[in-house]
Amino acid sequence: MAIIKELVYLLVYPGMLFLFLYSTFCEWFDRKLYARLQNRIGPAYTGRFGILQPVADFFKLLFKEDIVPEKADRVIFSSLPVIGLATVVSAGLYLPLWNFDLRAPGFNSFQGDIIVVLYLLSLPTLILFLAGWHSTNFFSTLGGVRVLTMLFGYEVPLFLAVLSPAVVADSWRLAEIANFYQQFPFLLAFQIIGFFVAVVALQAKLERTPFDIPHAETEIVGGTFTEYSGKKLAFFRLMTDIEMVVGSGLMATVFMAGFSGSVLPSLLIFVLKTLIVISILSLIRATFSRIRVDQMVVFSWKYLTPLAVLQLLISIIVKGIIG
Amino acid sequence: MKRITIPIGPQHPALKEPISLRMTIEGEVIKDADVRLGYNHRGIEKLAESKTYIQNIYLMERICGICSHSHTTCYVQGVEALCELEVPRRGLFIRALVCELERIHSHYLWLGVAAHEAGFDSLFMYTWRDREVVMDLLEIISGNRVHYAINTIGGVRRDLNEIQKEKILEGVEFLKKRMEYYTNLGTTEPSFVGRVSGVGILPEEKAMALCAVGPTLRASRIASDIRKDDPYGAYGEFPFEVCTADTCDVLGRVVVRVKETIESLNIVEYIIRNLPEGEIKVKAPRRIKEGEVVSRYEAPRGENIHYIKSNGTDKPERLKVRAPTLANYPATIEMLKNGFVADIPLIFAAIDPCICCAERFVEIIDERKGSRGIMTMAEIKRKFKKPEIKKDFVWPL
Repeated sequence: MAIIKELVYLLVYPGMLFLFLYSTFCEWFDRKLYARLQNRIGPAYTGRFGILQPVADFFKLLFKEDIVPEKADRVIFSSLPVIGLATVVSAGLYLPLWNFDLRAPGFNSFQGDIIVVLYLLSLPTLILFLAGWHSTNFFSTLGGVRVLTMLFGYEVPLFLAVLSPAVVADSWRLAEIANFYQQFPFLLAFQIIGFFVAVVALQAKLERTPFDIPHAETEIVGGTFTEYSGKKLAFFRLMTDIEMVVGSGLMATVFMAGFSGSVLPSLLIFVLKTLIVISILSLIRATFSRIRVDQMVVFSWKYLTPLAVLQLLISIIVKGIIG
Repeated sequence: MKRITIPIGPQHPALKEPISLRMTIEGEVIKDADVRLGYNHRGIEKLAESKTYIQNIYLMERICGICSHSHTTCYVQGVEALCELEVPRRGLFIRALVCELERIHSHYLWLGVAAHEAGFDSLFMYTWRDREVVMDLLEIISGNRVHYAINTIGGVRRDLNEIQKEKILEGVEFLKKRMEYYTNLGTTEPSFVGRVSGVGILPEEKAMALCAVGPTLRASRIASDIRKDDPYGAYGEFPFEVCTADTCDVLGRVVVRVKETIESLNIVEYIIRNLPEGEIKVKAPRRIKEGEVVSRYEAPRGENIHYIKSNGTDKPERLKVRAPTLANYPATIEMLKNGFVADIPLIFAAIDPCICCAERFVEIIDERKGSRGIMTMAEIKRKFKKPEIKKDFVWPL
């Protein structure tokens, strides 16, 4: 029985299948909301309200012509999308949704899993850099360099902001942090700065406007993805979607008291809370124009990081008072 | 750092028409720029020589989709000057009305394009939604959204009635309100202003020396507008200001264009309220007297020049078009130097380039020898003759 449960956990919920379906739903939600904010209709034809459009896009891309540049390293070029997909899916497994015991740490919920999730969410950035670099196209290389430049901007505030709720909860385990805030929800009010810093940093990590610098189409064509097509591009797109789900799931766990209850209620709470985060992400995407890479780095070190440090100080003071 | 040359175009998402910008860059900084034209040559000037003056109106209209009325008015004014025609005032007013509506629609379109180049897609969608109002007004007046075909030699082809006037005033009011909102948004939204201010600097003396025209020139503190400097048509009667900006950058070009749109909306209102009664056109002769003329016109993008030479027949002997975009290319190269790669689309879009307007000849460059020059069709045929196929060819296997 245990093996079947683990297999279901890995492949169905919250593993591959759920993440695939839910991330396509989130992409639809994001696209629809973004379109409505811009006075457009958005996807409308495939499925009811166009809800199947991202799935249709994915399968359409799977059957499209797949080209590898002549000068590119074939093995690395082809394996990067798969590795990227694997890292974000495994990051999704650590979200405290199902199949964990609060008292007995297991393989998917242990002290320090918050670091593992953050680490696994950092890997796609490096993969995008490598993808840009190995494409041997000028636009891809420039995109790859921009990916890496941005990484130095947003990664520090993201880590500081995400770890400060953990300081108050006195735990490095996602399930315990979520449980702590379920018991003392008023303490979340002190994490509000950190929440916004983390959401902005997540926006940068997902490379969405105003931080869509690495694949700014009017400047460097497709950026990192210029040479990617067909299956590989489909995997990269799916990777970004799942990254968005896992990232917003992480925000919901540490800043919104996680997902309590049995399988179904916790799923509903997960959907609700991640959609709130994704709505904020879409709103940011619709309100700003793209900034330059130097402006982005200046912004994150001038405003985001000091705010994250301030949040950490607040967390330490709160910890001192309640502890 | 190593210098590399990157091609922006002829195929690139930032460019809506084919042109090649060769950028020499160091890291993200542009060190040198070069523009190559000739990907979109259509031979319009040659074609014009084989068509009658009336047919040429509709040919001139097709030089550009955005400023179609500008080219026809410029041409028609020239022809009218050649045969000394006096156009009725009502005709001139309607001509100016379409011209200002065209300027409004062109500037709305440009604002959307600039926002898109800066990655501000929401502004892009909003401006283009509101631009539909102006397009509808033009359709009410002329029956067409793009090629209005309202000009004819000696006046205009369609009159205005009271219902149309009312509709236009309604539309103008709505557009004014929206443009005030965009003025506010375009000059205060921090991420957008951060992208456009201080980018693509063109100092006053450089703008003068490189013969920039239109909003590009006016954004560099120089109040030059053909409508004021050399009034044509009924422009001497309309009260309006020449809008300038003193920042000399892309932000200045945004400011000039949004201010100009509001001025144009005021002119439209003035025209509708003071439209004189009378005829809209006079009869023009088929054969035009011998002579030559240069006609100038302030198109939405800047000064438009047509040179017409007549030999007394019903077809022009020579018709030369200088579109405003061509005059702005030298200034663009100056603006691009020492900018960032990220600013290329913005700087280039800031001159509001209409590439196919500016394509007047083709230069042939031999890639292997590096020689360049202009050739006649016969020379091209002789040089690039197809290799002869041997009749009695036997396959080797």
